[in-house]
Amino acid sequence: MLVMKQSGYGKAISDRLDRTFAALANPTRRAILARLASGEVSVSELAEPFSMTQPAVSRHLKVLERAGLISSGSDAQRRPRKLEARPLAEATEWLERYREYWEASFARLDGLLSELKATEKKHERAAAKKR
Amino acid sequence: MFFPDTFKVSTPSDREIQVTRDFDAPRRLVFDAFTKPELVRRWLLGPPGWTMPLCEIDLRVGGAYRYVWRSENDGSHMAIGGVFREVIPLERLVATEKFDDAGYPGEALDTTVFVETRGITRTTITILYESQEARDTARRSGMEYGMAAGYDRLETLLPTFIGERT
Repeated sequence: MLVMKQSGYGKAISDRLDRTFAALANPTRRAILARLASGEVSVSELAEPFSMTQPAVSRHLKVLERAGLISSGSDAQRRPRKLEARPLAEATEWLERYREYWEASFARLDGLLSELKATEKKHERAAAKKR
Repeated sequence: MFFPDTFKVSTPSDREIQVTRDFDAPRRLVFDAFTKPELVRRWLLGPPGWTMPLCEIDLRVGGAYRYVWRSENDGSHMAIGGVFREVIPLERLVATEKFDDAGYPGEALDTTVFVETRGITRTTITILYESQEARDTARRSGMEYGMAAGYDRLETLLPTFIGERT
């Protein structure tokens, strides 16, 4: 229901998030990221579980690389890919802010509702006394 | 009793965001808290440091609502409004939503459903955007705001947390 309007602030963050979310909007790429969560993996190892050709996997890897989500590891020969934490952390932080906003609002609503319940009870008691 | 643990944010489809929460109150009170301006203004305050100087709700099909928030720090405003498409008292509200200064195209459609079980009311808000891009832009702008305000807010929140835990 409520999200804040876009300000000029954080254009760079915004552009980076665009790339992050575009890269994440594909199930194969998400599966590749999940695979990399356990450590560095080479391209041929990555291709195996997806029944995909290496060039097809390489195309996905390029998108992930451009988004900064992965990078090439230290082994020059195998060029294993590894996960980069920062863009994902930013995407998570953004979701966390959304949660925080609602949590704070709902905590206030909890308080308001207990007050309304107490007021109702008071009126009921007063009405009962009159009878 | 409060149920903060029942709070969930999810994305049921590419174009939607869904927020769910249980409240320890019968739904006539929860419904009032969502639809009576004098009550809405008590809790839907916007981020820390913001107030809600205007809250108008014409609760009938075709009726309009409008909320305006103001930053006490720099005086900037943000506003949102729309029209009710469905009003089933105590049960269900459907309304369009559009920010005055939205960074995404089109209107979103909010559906709010209240279900009461043994005095506890589960409230589900589903926001349907016109496209996935609109949804993601809306959510992202929320984060940018959050990051800008983050440090100020942290300073005010930390003493509260520490106080609560000691």
